[in-house]
Amino acid sequence: MTQSFRLENVGLINRNKKLSFKFNGKVYYGYEGDTLASALIANGVHLVGRSFKYHRPRGFFGAGVDEPYAIVQLYRNGETEPNIKATEQELFEGLEATSVNCWPSVNFDIGAINNFLKIFLPAGFYYKTFMWPKSFWFKVYEPFIRKAAGLGVASTKHDKERYEHKYEYCDLLITGSGPSGLASAYAAAKNGARVILAEDKSRFGGTLLTSEVNIGNQSGKEWAESIISELKEMPNVTVKNRSQVFGYYDHNMLVMSERISDHLPKTKKFHPKQRLWYIRAKEVLISSGSIERPIVFGNNDTPGVMLSSAAKEYLKVYGVLVGKNPLIFTNNDSGYETAIEFYKNGINPIILDTRKDPKSEIVDEAKNLGINIKFSYVVVAAQGYKKVKSADIAKISEDKEQLGTIENIKCDCICVSGFWTPTIHLASQSGNKTKFKEDIDAFVPGTSKQNETTLGAANGNYTLEETLKNSFEAGHKLSKEITKNDNKVSFPNVIEKKSTVHDKFWCVPLPKGKNYKRFLDFQNDVAVSDIEIALKEGYRSIEHVKRYTTLGMATDQGKTSNLNGLQLVSKIENKVVPAVGHTTFRPPYTPVSIGAIVGREVGKHSKPTRKSPMHSWHEKNNAVFVDAGVWLRPRYYKQGNESLFEGSKREAKNVRTNVGVCDVTTLGKIDIKGPDAAELLNRVYTNAWLKLPVGKARYGVMLREDGIVMDDGTTTRISENHYHMTTTTAQAANVLSHLEYYLQLVWPELNVNVVSTTEQWAGAAIAGPKSRELLQKLFPKSDVSNEGLPFMGYMEGDLFGVKARIFRISFSGELAYEVNVESDNGYFMWEKIMEIGQEFKIQPYGTEALSTLRIEMGHVAGSELDGRTIPYDNSLEGLLSKKKDFIGKRSLNRKAFTAEDRQKIVGVVPLDKKTSIPEGSHLVKDSNAPLPNPKLGYISASCWSVEYDNPFSLAIVKDGKNMIGKKLFVMSPLKNKVIPVEIVSSHYVDPKGERVRS
Amino acid sequence: MLYIKCPHCGWRSQNEFSYGGDATVKRPKLGKEVTDQEWDDFVYNRKSLRGKHWELWQHLSGCRQWIKVERDTATHEIFKTLKASEEIS
Ligand SMILES: [Zn+2]
Repeated sequence: MTQSFRLENVGLINRNKKLSFKFNGKVYYGYEGDTLASALIANGVHLVGRSFKYHRPRGFFGAGVDEPYAIVQLYRNGETEPNIKATEQELFEGLEATSVNCWPSVNFDIGAINNFLKIFLPAGFYYKTFMWPKSFWFKVYEPFIRKAAGLGVASTKHDKERYEHKYEYCDLLITGSGPSGLASAYAAAKNGARVILAEDKSRFGGTLLTSEVNIGNQSGKEWAESIISELKEMPNVTVKNRSQVFGYYDHNMLVMSERISDHLPKTKKFHPKQRLWYIRAKEVLISSGSIERPIVFGNNDTPGVMLSSAAKEYLKVYGVLVGKNPLIFTNNDSGYETAIEFYKNGINPIILDTRKDPKSEIVDEAKNLGINIKFSYVVVAAQGYKKVKSADIAKISEDKEQLGTIENIKCDCICVSGFWTPTIHLASQSGNKTKFKEDIDAFVPGTSKQNETTLGAANGNYTLEETLKNSFEAGHKLSKEITKNDNKVSFPNVIEKKSTVHDKFWCVPLPKGKNYKRFLDFQNDVAVSDIEIALKEGYRSIEHVKRYTTLGMATDQGKTSNLNGLQLVSKIENKVVPAVGHTTFRPPYTPVSIGAIVGREVGKHSKPTRKSPMHSWHEKNNAVFVDAGVWLRPRYYKQGNESLFEGSKREAKNVRTNVGVCDVTTLGKIDIKGPDAAELLNRVYTNAWLKLPVGKARYGVMLREDGIVMDDGTTTRISENHYHMTTTTAQAANVLSHLEYYLQLVWPELNVNVVSTTEQWAGAAIAGPKSRELLQKLFPKSDVSNEGLPFMGYMEGDLFGVKARIFRISFSGELAYEVNVESDNGYFMWEKIMEIGQEFKIQPYGTEALSTLRIEMGHVAGSELDGRTIPYDNSLEGLLSKKKDFIGKRSLNRKAFTAEDRQKIVGVVPLDKKTSIPEGSHLVKDSNAPLPNPKLGYISASCWSVEYDNPFSLAIVKDGKNMIGKKLFVMSPLKNKVIPVEIVSSHYVDPKGERVRS
Repeated sequence: MLYIKCPHCGWRSQNEFSYGGDATVKRPKLGKEVTDQEWDDFVYNRKSLRGKHWELWQHLSGCRQWIKVERDTATHEIFKTLKASEEIS
């Protein structure tokens, strides 16, 4: 079978370029300009998948974004993607697609048995059926649902495609390039406004491509082409096809997904696959048109039943017949346009019109052509399983309740037109209060909340002349307000056929003795009977009915089903539709790929990576890196096959015996200047700062207002009004914001400036008993003796021609210094330290050794200052000034903070001196106590003490001050460990702090 | 994403700012004796209003100034923005 449903010389496809593609393993041919759907229909393929719940055969219903069920799994360039609408996917050479929702195959589907077990799957079937027995869930229900449901399979491979994000600003964003979009864009562009015109499809023009109209002596299509080509030339206009504006967010921010490469066999080099646009528009013109709605009848989901407008589009745009023996079922004039198109191409359609005697130009035209029209007729049911073979039709009484004798007529497709539903999703997302428009039986936008205007069919206006007129005016008026220009464009002469009113008929009654499924929501398999059950069971709010039955949910968002669902609820409830109201439309209007949402922020680009100036040295010397916030820091420098444990132990031991050097560039640094700098520090830190002399450093702790420790660090007085503050790596940004908050809002009278200098300085901590000897060699001109540079002293030095800051501070608890040079000289400094340190057996050490050194000294860090502890808990109460007030002081006398048995930091050693203690473990009195076993505290940090060669941990324990010497148990249910331990002082090594002062 | 007019820089997107809570809360003066109630009101008790709300934002990825923003917490409408030094009227 080779494209036997393709017409010659009709359509906008490129017949010079034949493309081959595969569907469910079989090779077919189509043309450039086809969609997967149009190419399949051209080949006579109508069975594309199985329905979500009942696994009934499903074909094509629409021709674009409105398609509820022709969803396929796509294979492109070695990748696969689920949830692709065949009606939107453009054909390319080598495209491959398979059906979803069917197992083992689309032609023989085991799940279709659901169709005969309807009792098993009524409304709310998820809630009812899969509830019990509980043990069935994992073994029976879940695997069943997973295999049977879903709209395809996501790839588990890394997506190699590139996705980009773009931020854009414009005066007018226009969503849709049909008549209203083109007219308003043209008027606004001519008035000098910055315009973005977005079209979801590959071709611009919307309904102008398929309607028989004349604008300014051109066909609709020609007029659209001339406007678009003019717009494309204008510098103030951006015209985008394959671009769906899918979400309308706060403050006129809209998001658009541009499919740049999806229509190509392979993404071009340096091109993204898709681009997500964040557009901040001054005004938004919604010209999204309308979607034809179905009429509900028996078996209306059979492949071959489709929207009449879709049949016309397949014919006029793609030159494809959806059938050769078509039945047109309509309640309005639109169906006639489709019938006439069939007729013009040598096909004899039959029209069933639910109206008794409609009078209009187009009805007359069809009559004159001799088309077979049956008035007051309806389709009762489609017959045929995998494809429509015939239709049961009948005359319907004037009150639309009684069916006449059922007749069966042969047909191979049923094209349905139940009038038009404005696409109000974007307007509704923006917060617009929609209103019901009686004459079109649908909701239209009402009062705007944001700067949004809806035009044309999206606003319920279905005549071309009026639409163009309103759109030219709106484009002109809105642009004039922004640009203050007043360039008017002339209004073209419009010729269109006048149509008459539609019949407010939407659902064919069931004939006696028949129980046909009549579907409302094709994507979610919701039938009339499901809504009836939901209402019978007491669901009243439309939002509840939606959730219980899944009507209008998922990727479809009720595009074709919404109005008919409301009609049904209002009929049963005996309410008018506006009283029932519609459910909330939520973004995205159409599915957006996760890749597009994520953009370039994947893998290592998911956050910035910060490296110190010495990073390349670390790399060359086998550093194993660890993430410290956004920084990469050496964890240890691997020698041979050393493990982390062995390497860090070696490094820490070398600090205790010789000298080590650690890259501390990542520490937060804040430069503080001004006559009131000391006063600021005195208010921010808990201890006294007014008398710190120039050339001295001091350790400080800062609290939040609620008394919890925020951060700690040393601050050095560089000169009279100049201080250098350090913060922990993790809190650097927060501390700066904290200082700015107090300076700008609370104490603006303080004359102080603060600025981050973290990146400006490279830092090296030199620690160990031999550090002074090394320092002396690094700074031969400086006096770095214990008298010249005492503990907590500061001086400037000359490091072989490079200006350096030398601080005598220690985190490791050893005799230690920290040398800072300007970042550009960091590498030089590091190499000099390593070179000259050779004779002192220097070794670089990483964060793991750094942790070991600070833990066994009992110095607190992030794992203790975790946002839950006060100074007392960390044994920092000695730093609380009694003489002055400071941030958070008033909170410290809260009852819980002053309790006798308040938690406090302690040291923990396993009794066997061998078993390592997992961090996060709990401390209990009795390991065999019944659950829940009262918890006394938790292990905050663990290490292997290099000083004593046994495990040592820090813990925060209730009544810590009275716990020293007690025997407790550490329990880690996660690691399944119970370890008998002894509580000791947190200052495990050098409790008097003699080394740092030596 | 909100669009916030920084009084120093002009219109900027929300992702340049960080939120800082209720702007009407006044910190008691340092050294001043305050009751537990007054202190709790300053540190913890917030109204969590539905409707117009003066709040603090910091233009973190911009001028780093703390600003005051009058925003409707239900609709996100922003009525007014002020510099840190300007009093809420
Ligand atoms: Zn700013």
